[in-house]
Amino acid sequence: MTAHNGMLSIPGSHNIRREVLENGIVVLVYENFAAQSVVISGSLRAGSQFETAEKNGLAAMTASALLRGTAGYDFDTINEKLEYAAADLDFSGGVHRTSFSGKSLAEDLPLLIELLAEAVRYPTFPDAHLDLLRGEVMTSLHIRQQDTRYRANRAFYEALYPPEHPYHHSTRGTLETVPMLTVSDLKAFHERHYGPAGMIIVVVGAIKADDAIRTVRDYLGDWTNADQPDLPPVPSVTPLAETQRAFVGLPGKTQSDIVMGTIGPSRFDADFLAAQLANSVLGQFGMMGRIGHSVRETLGLAYYAYSSVDGGYTASPWSITAGVNPANVDLAIARINDEIDRLVTQPISAEELEDNQSYFTGRVPLQLETNEGIAGSILNMEIYRLGLDYLINYRDTIYRLTEADILAAAQKYLTSDRVVIAVAGPDKK
Amino acid sequence: MSSVTRHVLPNGMVVLLKEVRSAPIISWRVLYRVGSRNERTGITGISHWVEHMMFKGTDKFPPGALDKMIDRVGGSWNAATWLDATSYYETLPSQHIDLALEAEADRMVNAKFDPEEVESERTVIISERQGSENSPFFWLSEEVQAAAFRVHGYHHEIIGDMADLETMTRDDLFNHYRLHYAPNNAIAVAVGDFDTAEMLAKITALYGGIPSGEAFEAFARPEPAQSGERRVTVERPSGSALIEVGYRAPAASDPDFFALDMVCSVLAGADSPAGSSIDNKTSRLYKALVMKELAASVDGGMYATIDPFLLVFYMTIRPGVDPETVLAAFDAEIERLRSGDVTEAELARVKKQNRALFAYGMERVTNQASMLATAEALGDHLWYEHYVDRLNAVTLEEVKAAAEKYLRRQSRTVGLLIPSGDEEDGEMMDDFDEEDAE
Repeated sequence: MTAHNGMLSIPGSHNIRREVLENGIVVLVYENFAAQSVVISGSLRAGSQFETAEKNGLAAMTASALLRGTAGYDFDTINEKLEYAAADLDFSGGVHRTSFSGKSLAEDLPLLIELLAEAVRYPTFPDAHLDLLRGEVMTSLHIRQQDTRYRANRAFYEALYPPEHPYHHSTRGTLETVPMLTVSDLKAFHERHYGPAGMIIVVVGAIKADDAIRTVRDYLGDWTNADQPDLPPVPSVTPLAETQRAFVGLPGKTQSDIVMGTIGPSRFDADFLAAQLANSVLGQFGMMGRIGHSVRETLGLAYYAYSSVDGGYTASPWSITAGVNPANVDLAIARINDEIDRLVTQPISAEELEDNQSYFTGRVPLQLETNEGIAGSILNMEIYRLGLDYLINYRDTIYRLTEADILAAAQKYLTSDRVVIAVAGPDKK
Repeated sequence: MSSVTRHVLPNGMVVLLKEVRSAPIISWRVLYRVGSRNERTGITGISHWVEHMMFKGTDKFPPGALDKMIDRVGGSWNAATWLDATSYYETLPSQHIDLALEAEADRMVNAKFDPEEVESERTVIISERQGSENSPFFWLSEEVQAAAFRVHGYHHEIIGDMADLETMTRDDLFNHYRLHYAPNNAIAVAVGDFDTAEMLAKITALYGGIPSGEAFEAFARPEPAQSGERRVTVERPSGSALIEVGYRAPAASDPDFFALDMVCSVLAGADSPAGSSIDNKTSRLYKALVMKELAASVDGGMYATIDPFLLVFYMTIRPGVDPETVLAAFDAEIERLRSGDVTEAELARVKKQNRALFAYGMERVTNQASMLATAEALGDHLWYEHYVDRLNAVTLEEVKAAAEKYLRRQSRTVGLLIPSGDEEDGEMMDDFDEEDAE
C-alpha cells in the first residue's frame, strides 16, 4: 500500500545475519529500526530430557535459579540492573531445551547479553534462594493440582507416553520430586549440560548486526564445556492399541476439561505442514474449525473447543481441548470423535483447502509485526533446520499441498477408535 | 508525538486516525460506550452477551462467514467487554482493510439476534462463567468487587450473575443492542499503514449514512463514600490461600490518578496500560512478602476507568503460612509508604519503567488502537498520548499525598480465600463411563 520505514521485508537469508562463533554458538540477528526495543530469544541444550524420573523438575528448577545469583552479581543487583533499565530476562526449562527471552530498550542490549552470559556461565545457586524458589514452585504445584485443564492435560500426557519417555512427565516436577531437589543437583546439572554446543541466540531490534554479534562474542565467545553431552535419543512410542480413558475427580468444580487425542508428527516430519493444515480444518480455522462449529456454535456446549498439533522435536501430541459442563462431557466427546472420523474418511473440500492455504500465508505479516514475532520465527528456522529462506518459500510450500496430502496426514496420525481421552472435573457423573 | 487526528461525523460517530508505517497492517476498532457499569440488576452480563451475539451473523454476513473471511486474509478479530465499554477490532494486512470497515458498519445496525442463536449462546456463556468459576481467583475477585461496590455497576463481574444468565431474554439483549449500538455512541479508531485522508473518506462513505440513535441517559449510579474497612471471606477448593485487597481509587480523569499509579508501581512493580509488564522483584511488596517466604507471589494494578474503581493487590499465600501474618506484613509496608518514605530514586526508577513499558506496548497497532479508543471513552483522546508526560510530571510530594489519601483502611476491602479443606489431590480412575460415550 505505502512505503514503510522499518521492517518490511520478510526475514530471509538476504537480511538475517547468521554467524557461528568458534565455540559453536549460533547467533542470528535481524535489524529492525521501526521500534525502540531489542529482543533476544534463544535456547540451550539443557532440558528435562537429561533428568531422571526421581529428579523430575531439575532442569526447570535449574533454569529458574540461574538469575538468583551469579559470580559477578547477587540477586538484588541482578534485579536492580534489569528492572532499573525496564528490561526483562527469563529462563524456562523445556523437555529438549532450556529457553531464554529478554527485552530492553535498544541501548541496553549489552546489559541483557552480559546478564544472560552471567546466568548461563556463572550461576551460584545460593542455598537460601533455592529454598525460596522451591516454596514458590510448590505453591504453584498445589494450585495446579486444583486446575482442571492442567490436570486433564497431565493425565493425557501420562496415558499417551510411557514413563520412560520424557513427555510422560511435567517439566515442572511434582509435589514429590521438587522437595528432593538440592543445590548440589542444580550445580551438577548446570556443570554438565550448560555449554555453548547447541546454543542459539536470536537478536532482533534497533541494533546493528555487527554490534549485536560483537556483544555476544565479547560475553560468550570464550565459553567452553568439553563434557557437554549430545541430546540422547527419545524412546520410541508404541501406537495405541485401543482407546484409553482417564478421569481426575476434583470436587467443587463447575466445569470439566477434556483433553483427547493421539500422537502426531514431529516438526521434522515431512508431512508436518499437511498435518497442521488438517488440524486447522479440524479445530482452528474460523471459530475453532469444524469442532468449534459443532461443539460450540451448533450445540452451545462449550466456550472453548479446539485442536492443536504441537510438532516438537519428536513425535508430539495432536490433541483436542474442550471445557464443558460436566453433564455434557460424553456428548462433546462423541461430537469430537465424529469430526475426527470425518477428517480421516473424507478429503477436505477444495474450498477448505484454499481457505486454509490463504489463512496460513496471509497471517505472516501479523506474526512479524513485533520483534518478538520475528525472533520466534527465526529461532524456529534454526532449531528445526528449516533454512533461513523458510518464510520466503513458505507460500509456495503451502500452496503445493493437496487435498490428498491433507487426508494422508490425517489418516496417518488420527483415528477416533485409538485415542487417549482425559477428563478432569467435579464428578464421575 | 501525537499524529492522531480526531473527526466527528455528522451522525455523531467519533473517528480517530493514526498513521503508523512500521508494518503493512492496520488495526480497526469500534468501541461502544456501554459496559458492565451500565447494567441493572436482572440483566447483569448483558453487555458481554450482546458482544457474543455480534458474532452470530447479519443478512450480509451469515454466522461464521466473517470468521472465515478474516482468517482467509490472515487477519485477527475479536471483541472485549469491559467495565466501561464494549469494543470490537480487526487487525489485517492493510490491503484488506475494507473487509473490517464493512463488517463493523454492517453489524452496528444489522445484527440478527436469532432466537435459536440466543439460546445456543446462553449455554456457551454459562460455560464461560463455569470455566472461570473453576479458578479460586475468580471467586475471590467477584466477592471483593461486590463488597467494594454496593450501589455502582462495578458491583458485579462483567460476565454477569448466573441467575441473570439463566433468565435474560432475547428481547432484553436486542433492546440493549438497539439502544447502545449507534454511531453517536461509538468511537472508531484506525491505526496503521494508511493515508489519513483516504481512510477518512472510506469511513465516511460507509458509516456516514447510518442514522444516529435516540439520545438516552446511560444507567449509572454513583457509589457513596466508604466509611470503614470491609472484609469478605470465601471458602473454596484451592491449592493455597489467597488475599486480595482493593482500595478505592480515583477515576482516570482525576489529577491524582497518575500519582497513585506511581504508588502502585513502587509497591508492586510497574505495568502498562498497553498491556506489557516486567518482573517486580525490586518492588517493596515482593521484598517484604515473597523474599520473606510469606507469599509465593504478589501483584498489583489499577485501571483507567470512567468512575472511581479500585487499586488492587493480590497475594498468593505459601502453604502453612497464616494469611493474617501476610496481611500484617502487607499493612506494615502500606504504613511505611504512607509515612512518606518514598525516595526520588525510587520514583525515578518507576517512571523509567513505566515509560519503557508504554513504548513496548505501542509496538503493536492493535494496542495503540485499543488505547486511543479507551482514552476517548474516558473523555480525552489524548489521555494516552500524554500518559508518559503526565507520569513524568508527578512529584514526590504528590506521591506521598496520594498514598496518604487513598491507602486508608477505611476505604478498602480485604478479601480472603481460605481453602475449604475438601481439596483432593484428584482421584485418578481409568476406564470411566466407557459405555456412555457414543
